[in-house]
Amino acid sequence: MNETGLVVKVGIADLKVVQVPDLIRTSGLGSCVGVIVYDSSKKIAGLSHILLPDSALAKQAKLNVYKYADTAIPYLINLLLERGARKYALKAKLAGGAQMFQLSSGSDIMRIGPRNVEAVEKQLAELKIPVVASDVGGNAGRTIEFDPETSQLKIRQVNKKEFYI
Amino acid sequence: MEFVQLTTMQKDVLREIGNIGAGNAASSLSILLNKKIEMKVPSVRIAGFDEIMELTGGSENTIVCLLFRIQGEAPGTVYLIFTIEEAEYFVRELTNDPGFTLLQSEQENEIALSALQEIGNIVTGSYLTALSDFTNINMQPSVPYLGIDMAGAVLTVGLLELSQVSDYAIVINTEISHDGTNQGIQGNFFLLPDPESFAKIFDALGINDYE
Repeated sequence: MNETGLVVKVGIADLKVVQVPDLIRTSGLGSCVGVIVYDSSKKIAGLSHILLPDSALAKQAKLNVYKYADTAIPYLINLLLERGARKYALKAKLAGGAQMFQLSSGSDIMRIGPRNVEAVEKQLAELKIPVVASDVGGNAGRTIEFDPETSQLKIRQVNKKEFYI
Repeated sequence: MEFVQLTTMQKDVLREIGNIGAGNAASSLSILLNKKIEMKVPSVRIAGFDEIMELTGGSENTIVCLLFRIQGEAPGTVYLIFTIEEAEYFVRELTNDPGFTLLQSEQENEIALSALQEIGNIVTGSYLTALSDFTNINMQPSVPYLGIDMAGAVLTVGLLELSQVSDYAIVINTEISHDGTNQGIQGNFFLLPDPESFAKIFDALGINDYE
């Protein structure tokens, strides 16, 4: 699609922002949710790979803000605004939040996929950022790649054809 | 408990745990397949989540894994991980179906999946029995959960408990392999104790100098 662009990789509980011609990508989303927030005319996009829904779950002295939906999303928005995105133009796309195993132990942590999706949607609603497309739930992993040029999110799953949302 | 460093003593103990568990598991596998199975010296490492995915070839790499929750006094998660080819090899050996492929078949092959789960049961059962005997801590495996998907997606499940406490996990990784032919077997055991279990394991073995 473009010759000069890099594909910027985002790890687990990580967050990055790119501008054209670069693409941004995260792989192996299971119960995690990949949130893309972008400004389509400024052609700037951020991706956050969210692991857990709520920072209140943290039992950690030093909080990793990238890990939780309620801390990572506001952080991502600020970063985008600093890089020249406009608040009113921001839109979001989501993917992930699968339930990889039907674990029988009743522990709440095992429903983490749907809880992540709920938490992300709630955060975005509070910040008044519309979710224009999403591919969430199910029981398969996803690798996603976003192109700020076209605002298309490519989704790959094992044994399936790639598709765009 | 946030772990950043382990003492040499603690590392040795955890390595020994991997050794005993996988040693026992390798013998079971060897009996099951009637083949010689070898194992490498286990590695104990404190790894970030992304590093753990790298151990299995990257988070997008498709793997076959059997997940077991350990129930009992020292809860945790055990993964038995194979590549697609290795898993197919197992199924072919066990079901006498030399043409078996895992991903191509239109519908799920119940016998194949059940064979894989049974391998997991036997092998992980012997892994945990050895661990349990050695530490004198009661550990019971859950039923096996089979996942054939991207490493990142399936391995994150085992990290969730711990991710609330830390950005790092202690991974006790043992590779088992079948020497000789190319279509050998290579499997990895990942033992990921829940954060509160380390103190119990160290206590049980008389090491008290953890933070």
